[in-house]
Amino acid sequence: MTTSPQTDPGPLRQSARSKRATRIADAASGGWKVVAAKILGLGVVDAIAIYALFVLVRSESWLVAGLVTAVTLLVNWIYFSRGKLPAKYLAPGLIFLAIFQIFVLLYSGYIAFTNYGTGHNSTKEDAVNALLLSSQNRVEDSPSYKLTVLEQLGEISFLVTEPDGSVSIGGNERPLEDVRNAQLEGGVAVGLNGYTPLGFQDIIAKQTEIAAISVPLTDDPNDGMLRTPDGSSAFLYTSSLEYDEAAGTMRDTNSGTVYSDIGTGAFTSDAGQELLPGWKIDVGFDNFIRAFSEESIRGPLISVTVWTFAFAFLSVFTTFALGLFLAIVFNDKRMKSRKYYRIIMILPYAFPGFLSALVWAGMMNQEFGFINTVLLGGAEVPWLTNEWLAKGSVLFVNLWLGFPYMFLVTTGALQAIPEELTEAATVDGAKPWAIFRFVKLPLLLVSVAPLLISSFAFNFNNFNLIYMLTNGGPRDVSAGVNVGATDILISMVYKVAFVGANRDYGLASAFAIIIFILVAGISIISFRRTKSLEELN
Amino acid sequence: MKVTKRGLWAVGALTVTASLVLTGCTAASDTTDSAAGNGGSLTVWVDADRASVLKDAAADFTAETGVEVKLVQKEFGDIRDQFVAQVPTGKGPDIVIGAHDWLGTFVTNGVVAPVELGDKADDFQAVGVTAMSYEGQVYGVPYSIENIALVRNTALAPSTPATFDEMVTMGQAAGTEYPFLVGLDPEAADPYHLYPFQTSFGAPVFGTDADGSYDAEALEIGNAGGDAFAAWLAAQGAAGVLNTNITGDLAKEKFVAGEAPFYLTGPWNVPAAVEAGIDVAIDPIPSAGGEDAQPFVGVQGFFVSAKSENALAANEFIVNYMGSEEVQTALFEVGGRAPALTASFEAASADPIVAGFGTVGENAVPMPSIPAMGAVWEFWGVTEAAIINGGDPTSLWQKMSGDIQTAIAG
Repeated sequence: MTTSPQTDPGPLRQSARSKRATRIADAASGGWKVVAAKILGLGVVDAIAIYALFVLVRSESWLVAGLVTAVTLLVNWIYFSRGKLPAKYLAPGLIFLAIFQIFVLLYSGYIAFTNYGTGHNSTKEDAVNALLLSSQNRVEDSPSYKLTVLEQLGEISFLVTEPDGSVSIGGNERPLEDVRNAQLEGGVAVGLNGYTPLGFQDIIAKQTEIAAISVPLTDDPNDGMLRTPDGSSAFLYTSSLEYDEAAGTMRDTNSGTVYSDIGTGAFTSDAGQELLPGWKIDVGFDNFIRAFSEESIRGPLISVTVWTFAFAFLSVFTTFALGLFLAIVFNDKRMKSRKYYRIIMILPYAFPGFLSALVWAGMMNQEFGFINTVLLGGAEVPWLTNEWLAKGSVLFVNLWLGFPYMFLVTTGALQAIPEELTEAATVDGAKPWAIFRFVKLPLLLVSVAPLLISSFAFNFNNFNLIYMLTNGGPRDVSAGVNVGATDILISMVYKVAFVGANRDYGLASAFAIIIFILVAGISIISFRRTKSLEELN
Repeated sequence: MKVTKRGLWAVGALTVTASLVLTGCTAASDTTDSAAGNGGSLTVWVDADRASVLKDAAADFTAETGVEVKLVQKEFGDIRDQFVAQVPTGKGPDIVIGAHDWLGTFVTNGVVAPVELGDKADDFQAVGVTAMSYEGQVYGVPYSIENIALVRNTALAPSTPATFDEMVTMGQAAGTEYPFLVGLDPEAADPYHLYPFQTSFGAPVFGTDADGSYDAEALEIGNAGGDAFAAWLAAQGAAGVLNTNITGDLAKEKFVAGEAPFYLTGPWNVPAAVEAGIDVAIDPIPSAGGEDAQPFVGVQGFFVSAKSENALAANEFIVNYMGSEEVQTALFEVGGRAPALTASFEAASADPIVAGFGTVGENAVPMPSIPAMGAVWEFWGVTEAAIINGGDPTSLWQKMSGDIQTAIAG
């Protein structure tokens, strides 16, 4: 059936009776199957949502649980209510859009205003915890103590046997005391009257508690504390850092230096020395200011921006020119076996781009590459190591990668231009060039211009090609910055924000926003201008 | 009607995906919680190569202690960044496998907890434990040690050269196309492979402080030895012994084809040569500057998360199980990487190739894991490449040293 009551404009005087009749007719014609499928489908969806809610509530992720509930209710309401046809179509797409696009965008936008990155990776609490953990230094030349963990009335004690055989007992904040009547097994104390020794299973069950216990060796805390990493042996540690919770400061117990939280996301001493790890804080527009003021960025910024525009523009221009030329040639009816040529033309488009870039990098090797050894008979042209040749090589490889796409779209657009126009122009006495220039090209641009703009935006951020082919090089080593002749903005950002294993996600996100504004601005202006083309129609 | 059905399928797929996305991250911790009642459980991130060996060790561990071990397979290269990102959320693993040079990142981000090897520390090769230390504190249990050495084609060169020049002379006498091969990059040379020659001039990257860890403040790369090394690079580049156009792949290809008697590489490239029927011997790296040629070693091992709620079980597992001779030997048999445990290494040394690399490794130094190393890599290789290709050695080398200093300070 093609019409259903809810989409009917609805006769003005439809009686309740006729409505009922329609519904019965609906049911008779198989409507119940649809309802059953609907219930089944939504049942599956709801079952999964409820399972998800159980998991989320148990892990106390209230925000996400709330969102899942809201989305599930919304979906049920949309698909169970009559009408709402547009919502039925749009809901899935909109929900995906929210999850995969809007959330990701907002999140990376938020990161740009934090100092998230290496050394500022988590909360202050985690940082304090990690600092205290790594400040536990084992006392040099101290023995390893054999340990039996004992329990008495819910309190844990450490029964330790020193290498010389003497046995003592202590607990959290209770210094060690000698014991004489311990039960020994092979020289190691394994039990004491009145206490229950814990087996490995019991230790594992209480491991958080046991791992936190530190037993002072003597009444003087400077002598160190016994702690256990595994429940079967204990070692003597002293801590080189002390956290003062009230003041929120860290004190180095050896040098006495006090590190305090001065709002930079790390404990900092008066002399400006930072303790890492620090923690993640909001830094406002700092990352944007750094993006324009930091020496390693400011220096090459202009030349890199110019090259990025040149690269993106020339890439679009060359690929479009070659693609268009080939499309015209292969569109000519006089050409034989055009189909097969076209298939070959499209091949570069079918290879993964990064793979092609790697293969080209090998072929362009100065001494051993295919181009120099075979095509140029042993010439040593520095394709990738000379500044200008490298720029040319990057454009050439991008031309090879990109022309099939332009070839495809222009072939389609050319075939859509009616043959009569060419005939009419010929009758009017126009030469082939004039026909192309004044009839075909404007019509072609109407449909292709938006694709050229998106191609520009793509090449503006063509990280794969640059990274795989030249990695931004060649570099002028005397310039003192880690930016090369073929680096475009996005590859420069990568180098500046991710040095070695250091990650500066805040700075990278700020750059991403700046680049987005650039590309969006150019695209908006270009789209406005292409509107004038459309008026030709 | 079509409309409604299609909509139904769409919404079904949508909610399935949405729920999976939203719950995906919580699923792992959820399972950890549920098993906690019967002796806890450990989540271990491991790469595919080593998962099979760990599976047996994990089964033994579970049988003996009742602690369940969940192995999660990850791409080795992805582990570092994912671990750093996931530990703070509290959903990360308890234990990860990793390389020692990740340690700087791990410690600066506060995602690893110290490991106490106790008396077992002496059972490991010293360089392995040093590599797993950061600022005097041990953070991991080493399991394999890797370094480069001089691989010699015995058919072309009958004896071990004592110095670099002697090696080049022997290489030229062999009459092959290249006297000596090392894989470099046209743009960034390869500081890792050239490092033993640099140390032979007495120019390490960083000096060490009292407890033997690298000190970012003490940059030594630009000392007098560094200048001598730069001059040597220029000379070897001019003589054609070092050629930045011979990439890693080309060097391997040419050595396997028998076009050079000497090849500076790691154990990972030896199987290809052996399969090609070349009789290889592993020699110490000849000194170019008179002092010992010390290559970098890469150590792999296991780390415990700073936020692990199963710290005792995790320590027990990596120190007493992963550190056992049985497991270390089994890991060697699968991966072919020389074990870090001395007893396992001695057993593995029955293979002359493992023994050969191991002998060179005794003299090697751990690759610095301090974050300042990132700044060094930025300038190091490109400068070497520029010098090999005819740049002025002294000024470029000093410029590099200054740039590194600035980058570390900034």
